[in-house]
Amino acid sequence: MNFEFSDEQNLLREQAAGFLGDNCPPSAVRAILEGDAPFDADLWKQIAELGWTATTIPEAHGGLGLSYLELCVIAEELGRAVAPVPYSSSVYLATEALLLAGSDAQKEAWLPKLAEGKAIGTFALSEGPGQPSPRALATRSAGGRLTGSKLPVADGDVADFAVVVAGSDAGDGASLHLIPLDGDGVARRTVETLDPTRSHAKLDFDGADAEPLGADGEGWALTQRLLDRAAVLFAWEQVGGSNAALEQAKAYAMERYTFGRPIAGHQAIKHKLANIYVKNTLARSNCYYGAWALSTDASELPVAAATARVAAIQAYYFASKENIQTHGGMGFTWEFDCQFHYRRAKLLSVNIGSEGVWQDRLIAAIENDRAA
Amino acid sequence: MDFSDTPAEAAFRAEARAWLEANQPTEDELSGLDGLEQARLWQKRKFDAGWACIRWPKEYGGRGASAIEQVIWNQEEARTGTTFGVFGIGQGMAAPTLMAWATEEQKLEHLPPLASGEHIWCQLFSEPAGGSDLAALRTNAVKDGDEWVINGQKIWTTGAHFSDYAILVLRTDPNVPKHKGLTYFFLDMKSPGIEVKPIKQISGDSGFNEVYFTDVRVSDAQRLGAVGQGWQVALTTLMNERAAIGAGGGGAGFRQLFDLATRVQIDDRPAIEDRSVRAKLANWYVQEAGLRYTGYRSLTALSRGELPGPENSIGKYVGAAKGQDMASFAMDLLAMSGAITDPEFADAAGLFQDAYMGAPGGRIAGGTDEIMLNILAERVLGLPQDVRVDKGIPFSDVPTGAS
Ligand SMILES: Cc1cc2nc3c(=O)[nH]c(=O)nc-3n(C[C@H](O)[C@H](O)[C@H](O)COP(=O)(O)OP(=O)(O)OC[C@H]3O[C@@H](n4cnc5c(N)ncnc54)[C@H](O)[C@@H]3O)c2cc1C
Repeated sequence: MNFEFSDEQNLLREQAAGFLGDNCPPSAVRAILEGDAPFDADLWKQIAELGWTATTIPEAHGGLGLSYLELCVIAEELGRAVAPVPYSSSVYLATEALLLAGSDAQKEAWLPKLAEGKAIGTFALSEGPGQPSPRALATRSAGGRLTGSKLPVADGDVADFAVVVAGSDAGDGASLHLIPLDGDGVARRTVETLDPTRSHAKLDFDGADAEPLGADGEGWALTQRLLDRAAVLFAWEQVGGSNAALEQAKAYAMERYTFGRPIAGHQAIKHKLANIYVKNTLARSNCYYGAWALSTDASELPVAAATARVAAIQAYYFASKENIQTHGGMGFTWEFDCQFHYRRAKLLSVNIGSEGVWQDRLIAAIENDRAA
Repeated sequence: MDFSDTPAEAAFRAEARAWLEANQPTEDELSGLDGLEQARLWQKRKFDAGWACIRWPKEYGGRGASAIEQVIWNQEEARTGTTFGVFGIGQGMAAPTLMAWATEEQKLEHLPPLASGEHIWCQLFSEPAGGSDLAALRTNAVKDGDEWVINGQKIWTTGAHFSDYAILVLRTDPNVPKHKGLTYFFLDMKSPGIEVKPIKQISGDSGFNEVYFTDVRVSDAQRLGAVGQGWQVALTTLMNERAAIGAGGGGAGFRQLFDLATRVQIDDRPAIEDRSVRAKLANWYVQEAGLRYTGYRSLTALSRGELPGPENSIGKYVGAAKGQDMASFAMDLLAMSGAITDPEFADAAGLFQDAYMGAPGGRIAGGTDEIMLNILAERVLGLPQDVRVDKGIPFSDVPTGAS
């Protein structure tokens, strides 16, 4: 047993942090927040050049064939920088879906482009308010054509293809489909969300060409596996953001004076920051376990992923709101960057199922283990 | 990063498990013994087979095992459920302090009987005027030849009534600022002039005591660290204390609460099926797992020779509050029976009720929640210290409450 990242992985972390410090400063995040561009295309290009989009794609498909531990390291740094790029959609979801369920032809068609960052993929599950379930899915396919609407789809307005979860009469009640988004029968429009640094869309399919991804009637089980895997990576992003929020709060608390001393010296503020640190540390430790389970595809993954996810959701939400509180009135202004984390924390927490969903999944996974 | 065993670790785990399974004390062996005697029987058996305090060097009674092997051993021992708390202070706090500060001769004399359970140690730190503000303690020691003469009073001393030895911090110079006038010793609890009086706790038990000193003499050879260096030595103890308290799982954890939730009903269905119950259980599982893996991570640091740092305060801070909330929630799940402690009727022999009555102590012992947060804020995050009106002035001039 060994509970640390390797020296090479720590070096990657340093390089990633250095690169994002230079190329994704708060001003870059703000440019996307305030401008019309859906994401930072320059940053995306550089990220692809660094090979980050190729991390876990096998070398045979144009990737680097590195482990998921490396991907966790990158995820943490992207989260810390609140990077405005379609990385989670394309890498944790679309790439993963292809790796999990893609045919050789599908992998050959898409993985090299995903690795190079030339193609962006996304994953379309939600169909509006409420928690999706196979029974509730109105999107359906028949005779190789898909009809229905997906809302919201992260990066749906910029992606080249989407992996779409549709209802099915077979097996577990769902099937996955790979749909190029520039074809006939696909309409998309940008939808505003709480976090404009990450763009979202509504996708309407009206008889769109639908290639099955994996077997019909296995789509729901695949979706759950995909979400478990993505949950670990989302959790690392959240932990990165959460630590950045703590650093921001701490920096401000050290320089802001009230009653003749830095507010960082007032116990209520000290204890607030210590409590953020505690939650962040527990979340990070749970993410270590999740990273290991993901990287080894361990049978513990469902428990480990849900544990990391719940901890990270709670930590980032807490850090992001208490960061604003620590800043006083300044924290509530548009001009200050505290809003980045407050927005991103909530977005990441609802993106692949919210706190309650993952608390429930955690207990279900524990129940499964006990029954086994 | 690898949370699974290497072949060598798997072999060690198998060996540990086999030994634990073959050597569990039987009902027969334990019957008629009080809790202390039971604990000693088990400790001696481990010691004789080389399974006591396994990280300690062999010459001090340990096994020279690695930090990872300690993790494996703890997991396996927890699996069999045979753990006793009475040796925690001696083995978890006094021993690391002796290892860091005592002479080789003293270590060879005192560590093996600590490992075997022959000697039990207690911690004589807190005083009526020195709890959170430990460095404000007043019990004094005056040098007399090769000896020191101690007068004063300690309080809240867990296990003093059955302890053989103690570690203690004393004021040896009241005319310098408070942290500078302290000196650290260890002594024999049978020394003439020591009087131990039990204190009754809210639970009705008497786990801790008042300890009075009247002209108690201790040899200068039993001083750890230099005269006036007592605070620094005490920090060795305190860091290990928090690491030790944080590591302890306790009997009323997630597993017990989960089992309870499958046993009791809400709306005619097992409580575990209720979404709000699941959410709470999930949160506690997440905390428990987070503490476990935080502990593992700090062990990796320890195995590189780093000392337990202030970040270990997390374990005790989170663990104590979690235990209290879980016990309270468990009693809610039991509904109107939740309050029953009568052994004839109480669920799980009153496990959660006991935990509920013990939990407030956990949030105070070894440094209160508030002090843990201060430590994390100041020593981990580097935030400014609280304003202190006693800073830099001689201890004898520090204002005190009417006491
Ligand atoms: C079950 C139990 C076992 C114990 N066993 C031992 C033992 O074996 N050996 C030993 O030496 N001691 C032992 N103690 C004593 C323990 O270490 C002290 O009780 C503890 O450090 C608190 O000190 P106090 O009781 O004097 O409370 P006080 O220091 O008077 O604190 C009272 C309240 O004020 C708060 N407070 C104090 N200072 C500050 C501050 N600077 N900022 C914010 N809040 C503050 C505290 O958090 C607390 O809420 C034990 C205590 C308990 C409950």
